[in-house]
Amino acid sequence: MENQYAIEMLGITKIFPGIIANDDITLQLKKGEIHALLGENGAGKSTLMSVLFGLYQPEKGIIKKDGRQVKIQNPNDANDLGIGMVHQHFKLVECFSVLDNIILGVEPVKNGFLQKKEAKEKILALSEKYGLKVDPDALIEDITVGMQQRTEILKMLYRDNEILIFDEPTAVLTPQEIEELMQIMRNLSAEGKSILFISHKLNEIMAVADRCTVLRKGKYIGTVNVADTTMPELSRMMVGRDVEFAVKKEDRTPGDVILDVKGLTVASKLHKNNAVKDVSFNVRSGEIVCIAGIDGNGQTELVYGLTGLEPVKAGTVIMKGKDITHASIRERSVNGMSHIPEDRHKHGLVLDYSLEDNMILQRYFEPEFTSKAGTLKRANIRSYAEKLIDQYDVRSGQGAITKARSMSGGNQQKAIIARELDKAPDLLIAVQPTRGLDVGAIEYIHKQLVAQRDAGHAVLLVSLELEEVMTVPDRILVMYEGEIVGELDPKKTNAEELGLYMSGAKNDFRKEAAV
Amino acid sequence: MTLLVQYTLIYASVLILVALGGCFSEHSGVINLGLEGIMVMGAMGGALAMKYLTGSPAFVVILATILASALTGLVYSLLLAVACINFKADQTIVGTALNMLGTAAATVIIKAINTAANPDDVSSVVQYIESKRSFIVSFGTFEFNWFMLVTLILLVISYILLYKTRFGLRLMACGEHPQAADSVGINVYKMRYAGVMISGFLGGLGGIVYITAGVSEWKFENGVVGFGFLALAVMIFGQWKPTRIALAALLFGLFRALSNVYSGIGFLSMLNIPSTIYNMLPYMISLLVLALTSANSRAPKAEGIPYDKGAR
Repeated sequence: MENQYAIEMLGITKIFPGIIANDDITLQLKKGEIHALLGENGAGKSTLMSVLFGLYQPEKGIIKKDGRQVKIQNPNDANDLGIGMVHQHFKLVECFSVLDNIILGVEPVKNGFLQKKEAKEKILALSEKYGLKVDPDALIEDITVGMQQRTEILKMLYRDNEILIFDEPTAVLTPQEIEELMQIMRNLSAEGKSILFISHKLNEIMAVADRCTVLRKGKYIGTVNVADTTMPELSRMMVGRDVEFAVKKEDRTPGDVILDVKGLTVASKLHKNNAVKDVSFNVRSGEIVCIAGIDGNGQTELVYGLTGLEPVKAGTVIMKGKDITHASIRERSVNGMSHIPEDRHKHGLVLDYSLEDNMILQRYFEPEFTSKAGTLKRANIRSYAEKLIDQYDVRSGQGAITKARSMSGGNQQKAIIARELDKAPDLLIAVQPTRGLDVGAIEYIHKQLVAQRDAGHAVLLVSLELEEVMTVPDRILVMYEGEIVGELDPKKTNAEELGLYMSGAKNDFRKEAAV
Repeated sequence: MTLLVQYTLIYASVLILVALGGCFSEHSGVINLGLEGIMVMGAMGGALAMKYLTGSPAFVVILATILASALTGLVYSLLLAVACINFKADQTIVGTALNMLGTAAATVIIKAINTAANPDDVSSVVQYIESKRSFIVSFGTFEFNWFMLVTLILLVISYILLYKTRFGLRLMACGEHPQAADSVGINVYKMRYAGVMISGFLGGLGGIVYITAGVSEWKFENGVVGFGFLALAVMIFGQWKPTRIALAALLFGLFRALSNVYSGIGFLSMLNIPSTIYNMLPYMISLLVLALTSANSRAPKAEGIPYDKGAR
């Protein structure tokens, strides 16, 4: 009987100093199936893939291709075996064309000259066959993330790869693009390609995968048929306990106005129009207000204006009765504003600093951390950081001295949350705080937001995730093209109505055109 | 006027060669600040070849001089490659060290050679007046220099190499996104070595063209008086693209040529501006041009960052 597995990883064990990253893991990918690999951040998915690509040599275990044992020493070996991967962070040269990126490394040449015409025909044929729309001559820097991803997929197909690995492919996509990607994956598997789909988003796995292998803390938990399982069961396998999908919170009556925004206008960096146009709202103590909307409708700039990252063009921002429109970022911070930024690498952490130094970024000047002579009190910093690490369960390789860069995304986010919440802020501005995180971490962060609210602080949440918008806040403000177009009560609205506001079809505050 | 054209072309040739050298190095991802030093070493290699081949047939002199200067530059550039690619040293510092070492080493070597021949001669001067004639073909008042043709050929080859071949595509990928290049099986270290060695080859050749452009002997204590840096400015102004580099080099070459020939141009000599002003011109122009254009300049993204296979 013919072997039914395209690739098998049997009993893989990979040990790093101090940690068993993979402990006797088995993964069997059937020919032509879509197989999901599910696990939280740090469960060992990346390590397992690195073993498959020959970046690490496992201490134990074997890899079989079509039933025959193979040795994979480096990525070229994997490529020769027909294994290709779309990395989470695309490996594309930005100033090259789509075509150049696809052929890079396997360029067709004649007498030493590149044969781009030939390559273009092959790419167009592939793009037609699998429904992957790309413009071969466009530069990567000019095209959408979705098209960049299709370029990565074409890279694998151009090399005639049979085993396609998608590493968290949906993290960077819009809902429409995710739907398209799912269809592409189904097309690919229908054409006989075997697909390994690495993810921690349960709904996507349920929608597209045939089977699912679950890892937890480096251990193999099991492989299940997706048709025979449910989301709660999968999440239980992944996290090791029941996960509450619903956010639990009791009703509260909001108190004083903490943040009062009047007529705020912020310029855009991308175009000449203002990104935020004459926006007014307030946030009171003991409530969570959520700014909802499709990405790019001015939410980012609104937060930049509130937090002082960008100057505002017009309007006032009043916090606790004090005008902070033109206050410095430190003034805002010292006066009780905390900010969980949208881009945690750009505005949240200094990636090459240690965890402890990141913890005191906004407070290093306080007497607790700086002596009168101006030197840092290292011992105090260490004990403070260790207290936060302990309290917020921030996991890292070497504790307080770990470089922030080497930590997983979820733990980087936890570190930021620890730092921002420990200030006991009167106002917490949290921008997409759960982006790219797994269910366990999301649940944790939602609990923290609710705890802030219950402690009587004001919380302004900016979110793109419909589910988050519907469950976490007490009030929803929808932004569309830089304006607030609706105020909704999450208890009385539904996703459909929200969608109408988000797409601009409904607007409660439309200003009458001036005569 | 022909004199102005002649000097413009020969100085532009120098700048084209050296800037192309920088262009290859930077496209591979290594900043080559050591072009100045590489030029000095190349100039020394070429000047010695010319000195010892005095009286040989023109063809032999031309070929040997080109090879001697280019290979000296190439070997010297290996220092940069080893330090920056293998040992991941800071490219700016290594480049600066190369510049200081270049002039110093050339001075020491030439002095040693001179003193060995004549114990009273402690100068760092090499003469090559005889051999220089081999390079020049006169058309009326215009002195054509074979280096001009060599430069043109190398310019065309560089363009083809960068944009039409597999090598060029891979080289530029290493300078833009080495992780991407690595992930498709390209050996980033090898490509960077290639980039740096080509820059040594072209930089060394540029060195000999420069010191033979206007004079018949060279005092190596002077190095190449900042021409390597001027070439860097040309490279940036030329946006790391061969054709634009050629145009930028012509512009800067013109200003450099003015200082050689302004006294022969009627209205300029009437203006009575001190010659030092003309000497300063190309450098002042480069400051001005870079100040105005660098906001839009687009250097290879990964240049200056040592490539580490393990880093994410």
